[in-house]
Amino acid sequence: MNILYDARLDGELIDRDKREVLDALEHAAPTLTLLSREEDLRPFECDGLAAYRVLPMLVALPENLEQVEALLKCCFELGVPVVTRGAGTGLSGGALPLEQGVLLVMSRFNKIIDVDPDARLARVQPGVRNLAISEAAAPFGLYYAPDPSSQIACSIGGNVAENAGGVHCLKYGLTVHNVLRVDVLTIEGEHMTLGSEAFDAPGFDLLALINGSEGMLGVVTEITVKLLPKPTVAKVLMASFDDVEKAGRAVGDIIAAGIVPGGLEMMDKLAIQAAEDFVRAGYPLDAEAILLCELDGVEADVDDDCETVRRVLERAGATDIQQAKDEAERAKFWAGRKNAFPAVGRMSPDYYCMDGTIPRKELPRVLKGIAALSEESGLRVANVFHAGDGNMHPLILFDANKEGELELAEDVGGKILELCVAAGGSITGEHGVGREKINQMCSQFQADEITVFHAVKAAFDDKRLLNPGKNIPTLARCAEFGAMHVHNNDLPHPELPRF
Amino acid sequence: MTEPATDPATRAPDRDISEALCQQVANAYQSRAPLRIKGGDTRAFYGRPVEGITLDMAEHSGIITYDPVELVVTVRAGTRLEALEAALKEQHQMLPFEPPRFGQASTIGGAVATGLSGPRRPWAGAARDFVLGSHVITQQGKLLRFGGEVMKNVAGYDISRLMTGAQGTLGVLADISFKVLPLPAATDSLRLDDIGIDDALKTLSTLGREPLPITGAAWHQNALFLRLEGGQSSVKATRERLGGETLADDFWTQLRDHQHDFFTLKSGQALWRASLPPHTAPLDIDVDEADSFYDWAGSQRWIKTRDGEALRRACQQAGGHATCFTPAAMGGTDSPFTPLDPVVEKYHKRLKAELDTHGIFNPGRLYAGL
Repeated sequence: MNILYDARLDGELIDRDKREVLDALEHAAPTLTLLSREEDLRPFECDGLAAYRVLPMLVALPENLEQVEALLKCCFELGVPVVTRGAGTGLSGGALPLEQGVLLVMSRFNKIIDVDPDARLARVQPGVRNLAISEAAAPFGLYYAPDPSSQIACSIGGNVAENAGGVHCLKYGLTVHNVLRVDVLTIEGEHMTLGSEAFDAPGFDLLALINGSEGMLGVVTEITVKLLPKPTVAKVLMASFDDVEKAGRAVGDIIAAGIVPGGLEMMDKLAIQAAEDFVRAGYPLDAEAILLCELDGVEADVDDDCETVRRVLERAGATDIQQAKDEAERAKFWAGRKNAFPAVGRMSPDYYCMDGTIPRKELPRVLKGIAALSEESGLRVANVFHAGDGNMHPLILFDANKEGELELAEDVGGKILELCVAAGGSITGEHGVGREKINQMCSQFQADEITVFHAVKAAFDDKRLLNPGKNIPTLARCAEFGAMHVHNNDLPHPELPRF
Repeated sequence: MTEPATDPATRAPDRDISEALCQQVANAYQSRAPLRIKGGDTRAFYGRPVEGITLDMAEHSGIITYDPVELVVTVRAGTRLEALEAALKEQHQMLPFEPPRFGQASTIGGAVATGLSGPRRPWAGAARDFVLGSHVITQQGKLLRFGGEVMKNVAGYDISRLMTGAQGTLGVLADISFKVLPLPAATDSLRLDDIGIDDALKTLSTLGREPLPITGAAWHQNALFLRLEGGQSSVKATRERLGGETLADDFWTQLRDHQHDFFTLKSGQALWRASLPPHTAPLDIDVDEADSFYDWAGSQRWIKTRDGEALRRACQQAGGHATCFTPAAMGGTDSPFTPLDPVVEKYHKRLKAELDTHGIFNPGRLYAGL
């Protein structure tokens, strides 16, 4: 099954002449920057999931609301699909363009409109970088909590679209927990405000619905986020284990002791080696796994908690426990974790990052399953894990120049996600479904559930013009995917035609 | 027979009647007969009255799974809040959003359907923030699963959070999974007297910029009430810094459940809930100061008034909204909730039409025609 848009499985799209669309958009929004030459379109052919590339028909770079509104109305009229893109750092191909569609790039919406320290909120445009919000809030002792690893580059609009997480989710929540209000343009070009600067708004919680909706329900044009006071101190403990399962159990023991760490991360041996080779974080190369446990808050509480966690780790069989002596060492410990992806990238020409979540107690079983898949396929897998909230990032190492290895990596990835679903988890914790995991959605959800998702989509965009082919598979796609995974001769969705 | 350690009255009976509930919904869909979804019936006063055949959720009760180490509990909608919270407390855990109880029979399903949260909301989050997943009965009487029992899950649209606060108008919540948290290691509450509302708001704004363990902040009649929760050391240090008189812990449950004396209405008055951006100055409305109670550090204000329309206008001007919390007290009202902006209303109606085509789920509970 080809991962690129397949009209047979993903639904027919109207094939408009490029010149016609360009003329119509130039007429509708005369000041709008539009790119149409191949060399100008090339930089936009993929997002952070670079294995999949498609040249869009056109790229639009609006600078004001009027231009976005005019563009949407025009595309709605013509039946031309619109894919919205922020910084393009997404890892699931959520901003993968369509040949027949316009790529709406929101990166010029990059202003921080207001930081209000008394109300502890910031109003920002969607193209503002995640980290820039915390930087703007820093003079007031405040910050924006969700911190995806790409926070230097990723934009807040994309964070809303993907409901982005980070290493501090267990304590501080995902994007959905930290956004108070969004302004949205519908595909019909209507303005809508969802949520409020107050803690709630009348009616349905459409704000929660739009978070993580992957650009399928509307285009986010402004965001109000909650700011938090910066914790006075943060201290980090690093524990080594001679056994991955022991490390997994230690995670549960910390939680059971009534501690909710700011961050609780785990890395396995291959990831430790990669990180150590790359940034010299001081990780123990002989360990099978390490845990990084960050405790933040008021100094006296943090000291008490560090003591408790140290005792828990000792009892859990840690072979070594180090507490970062100072801020420099804390930064060093984290540098290894935060650079784990590029570090693994140095070990292999290509890697493929998965994003499944599982109940924490299933960790040993799932890790064993991953090891078996790695052995069977001959592809190495490094495991980096937001252990506190059960979000795994297995990194599958491969070489795309070797015949069949990309397909093999995708196959192993798909099987890892199915392991997660079977363990009671999810195919994606924070990277989103996008195009990448569109088939695995059929493993996590039944046809009736997918039908409900389509109903929600239809309420906002019944012509299926916003980001078609992402996030929610068609039942035809699931039937085709299911046909490849027939168990006990039970053909899923027997009512649907096969391709 | 050995008795369980806790009072058996607070244990939730383990009964799964989802099949019967699905059948009843399927029948209603077939015959296009509206349903009035009812749990403990303690929140019936809230919103617009619904005419329909009762879909009784109270029998559908019990904790399905609870693993304290995972910080996740999954519970049937008809489970009494009292029973659920007792079970969590045994493991030193809690529902951080402090759902109000308006009677012993209050259920967790009703708490999520109304989406109301208690005094801890500004610091910990709202009901919807702790909902991880749910099983929902759809209009065709199918029991479907959305979200899950893991902390992070961004697969598909967030149907569970959409259902939170929708008051059963989009589907029936059959069971719900929550993220739970450990009970705070230490707690202390205090009262600061002789402080006017302007000074109180200023103080709260200043304190709010510091990482202090505040998890409750209310003001009424020149007294500022604060709750501290967190580690022993920080709670003790903060209490020493702030001083004040010690406040009984049950102050916060009385406020949460509207048991405080303030909530007694005079004839003709209705109780209104004003939801406002943080740090909104006192509203310019003709209401006795004694008839206002500030919660959520000023973001949620309970106001007793005979003139709700003036209050609603003032709230909207300030960027918030106002709800008539006890419509019956003013002889009923067509719009207890602030009317929606026309575009937002259009998409509400489209969602309703998609998920409840024949209008069988609590029709008109939130708004006429929805």
